[in-house]
Amino acid sequence: MVTSTSKYKYITCDPEKCVGCQLCEYICSYTKTGEFNTYRSRIRTIRAEEILITAVACRTCEEAPCVIACTRDALTQDPVTGIISIDANRCDGCTWCIEACDFGAISINPETKLAEICDQCEDQEDGPQCVKWCPKEALELTTPDQRAQRSRHKLVKEEVLGS
Amino acid sequence: MYGYSGRILHIDLSNRKNWIEEKPESWYKMYIGGVTMASRLCWENIEVGCDALAPGNPICIANGIFTGTPVPVGGKYGIASKSPLTGMIGDSLSGSWFAIALKRARWDGVVIHGASEKWVNVFIDDDRVEFRDAAKLLGLGTFETEEAIREQLGDDQVRSATIGPAGERLVRFASVTNDGRQAGRTGNGAVWGSKKLKALSVRGTTGVSVADPQTLLKLSYDITQSAQGPYTSKYRILGTVTNMLNMNKIGLLPTRNYQEGTFEHAEEVSGERLSERYKAKMLACAQCPIACEPYSVVKDGPYAGAMTGIDYECLQAASSNLGIGDLRAAIKIIDVCDESGMDAMSGPVSISFAMESFERGVLTKEDFKCQKYPEGFEPNFGNAEAAVTLAEMIRDREGIGDLLAEGTKRASARIDAERRTETYKWAMNIKGLECPGYDARGLKTFSVGLAAGVRGGCHNRSAAYDPDIQGEVDRFSVDETRGRLASENEEYAAVYDTLPMCKFIRRCFTGKADRSGAWPTIAQLINATTGWEFGYDDVDLIGTRAHTIKKAFNIREGWKREDDDLPWRWKHDPLTKGPSAGHVVSDEELEYLKKIYYEAKGWTNEGLIPREKLVSLGMEDVAEQIGV
Repeated sequence: MVTSTSKYKYITCDPEKCVGCQLCEYICSYTKTGEFNTYRSRIRTIRAEEILITAVACRTCEEAPCVIACTRDALTQDPVTGIISIDANRCDGCTWCIEACDFGAISINPETKLAEICDQCEDQEDGPQCVKWCPKEALELTTPDQRAQRSRHKLVKEEVLGS
Repeated sequence: MYGYSGRILHIDLSNRKNWIEEKPESWYKMYIGGVTMASRLCWENIEVGCDALAPGNPICIANGIFTGTPVPVGGKYGIASKSPLTGMIGDSLSGSWFAIALKRARWDGVVIHGASEKWVNVFIDDDRVEFRDAAKLLGLGTFETEEAIREQLGDDQVRSATIGPAGERLVRFASVTNDGRQAGRTGNGAVWGSKKLKALSVRGTTGVSVADPQTLLKLSYDITQSAQGPYTSKYRILGTVTNMLNMNKIGLLPTRNYQEGTFEHAEEVSGERLSERYKAKMLACAQCPIACEPYSVVKDGPYAGAMTGIDYECLQAASSNLGIGDLRAAIKIIDVCDESGMDAMSGPVSISFAMESFERGVLTKEDFKCQKYPEGFEPNFGNAEAAVTLAEMIRDREGIGDLLAEGTKRASARIDAERRTETYKWAMNIKGLECPGYDARGLKTFSVGLAAGVRGGCHNRSAAYDPDIQGEVDRFSVDETRGRLASENEEYAAVYDTLPMCKFIRRCFTGKADRSGAWPTIAQLINATTGWEFGYDDVDLIGTRAHTIKKAFNIREGWKREDDDLPWRWKHDPLTKGPSAGHVVSDEELEYLKKIYYEAKGWTNEGLIPREKLVSLGMEDVAEQIGV
């Protein structure tokens, strides 16, 4: 199944900058639940080998597979922002969406047993809290195009101009 | 209660039982967490006078007050047992996701008693304790063990504190590792090995809540931002390895077993060179926004594939102090220590002891026979292959590695008894704990912090090299202020080791690292977490209590005044080159320093603690046992 996103913003992490401090996970779980608990975070750090560290949150796929997979139409995707919403009244925790997601961006709330996903802190005035808090500026809310543009700028500046 | 669950988990490995001890809030207000709560738990639970490797020596783990919250650099825990190296308190700290999982499992501390008949991996699954067979984990390196356990349990959120092959073989300076970070010093890994405890794993699913989350978040955010600026640039950019050239410049870089203080190849093993050639990435501990550890990778040469985090202390011990001018070899030696789970300071200092013993003719080529070199080899200073081989021999307790694994104090005593030699003159340890990369001969204030240090030859607990190096005092001479200075420095450091919070954050509260610049914010953080009303003096007392409980522990285990001493070399053998040449700490100076240090502490001339002093600190039960 093709999962690609070209127009929506999503939160992405730069593995070169991420140091694995997990502050994003604390602030996400606090923002959503009032407690500090990495099990309740919608963004998750992952570490493979000691130095390969990055964080993953929902990547707002176009024609999101999780939405398609849900047998109860509990997941919907906003056509403008691409943000996925989960209707707690419809969700029954079957986890088909988790299997459909290539990125492991969906988690099960250990108490309600229902699915949860990053909503880019739509309800927060200053936007995604994890992006705000990351001390290494490894996280950003961006579209793939903007991300590519910045990589090209960086390439020119560093490699060509040598700055 | 906020900040604490009020519960200590006791586990008996002999009978495979566990029970909960509830502690009152007043107890937490006194001992807080980290090395101090761990030392207090050790005071409460040890079989007095036991051997460090006997079942009566408990493993005591204490969580941190800020662990599991966004308070930067607060994700740490403390561990304490009687040290197999010193016979005194062996307390150690580590930045740690393991501690965060423990906090979420709602345990403030864990005390492990007795010894297991078979190798075990104890798994704390929230409230449930499981004794899992560790047979499949034996022989695995520290990081490998963690990964294997995660696979066995099928959950990458499970965190483990583990020992490696060095701990399994009771190498006296074996360490405890979690998530690639070490509770490195004093030999806690050997205590675990003596109990056949291969790993302690935790899964915790409850969220951590605090009394005033808004205030805590605001403070944490500000400190986190401040930690990206100039107050931490030394740590963030190069890491503590920046000290290699700093120490060489003042003539105190340990070189060839502290024979010299300047190394002709200092540039080649500097932090700058490491950053240019081998650093892959700066890594951080749990909850840390600084990231001070240059994770370094060797890509070519005989040690290709060696990779680990490097800091000043292990780098000087594995390079200049071994006469080795090749960073690739130094990284390899440190990697062997980290992988096998042993102190990357005590390990290399045991190697430099062996090298000097060889160069002085006390040990010969034949003494170094091993599988790799059946004829033996010649470990001159600078012989990288010899140093790497010795690290492996110590890990495996092979050949002379078996003796060196006992630590320099015991190794030199045994050699001197058998061969009628004087290797004690270059056995660089204090109370049995190998010396750090700060040479007392050019740091006279620090010298009493070293000599009287409760855990032995340690720089971290004392931190009194600061006034010496900063030039606040004359580092080559002694005066009546030094006792008070050494006492104040160590009590300042102890506050951070107790919370715990990493000392590297100290400037980020207000820009000034002194008590007036740090204590007010720390008090606010404590109060926002717990709902208490701590003020400046309460924070100050944390440091005083820390040293008092540890000192009390030592006294009860048989400490004597003459144990506060310096290695022979620092008292009789001056450096001959460089800016710090020509100095020693004389016996008169040391005696004087001890006298004024005890005075500053409010202790007796014999270094014992008066009853009133203990009672004034709220430690009546301690006064009953050892107060004079």
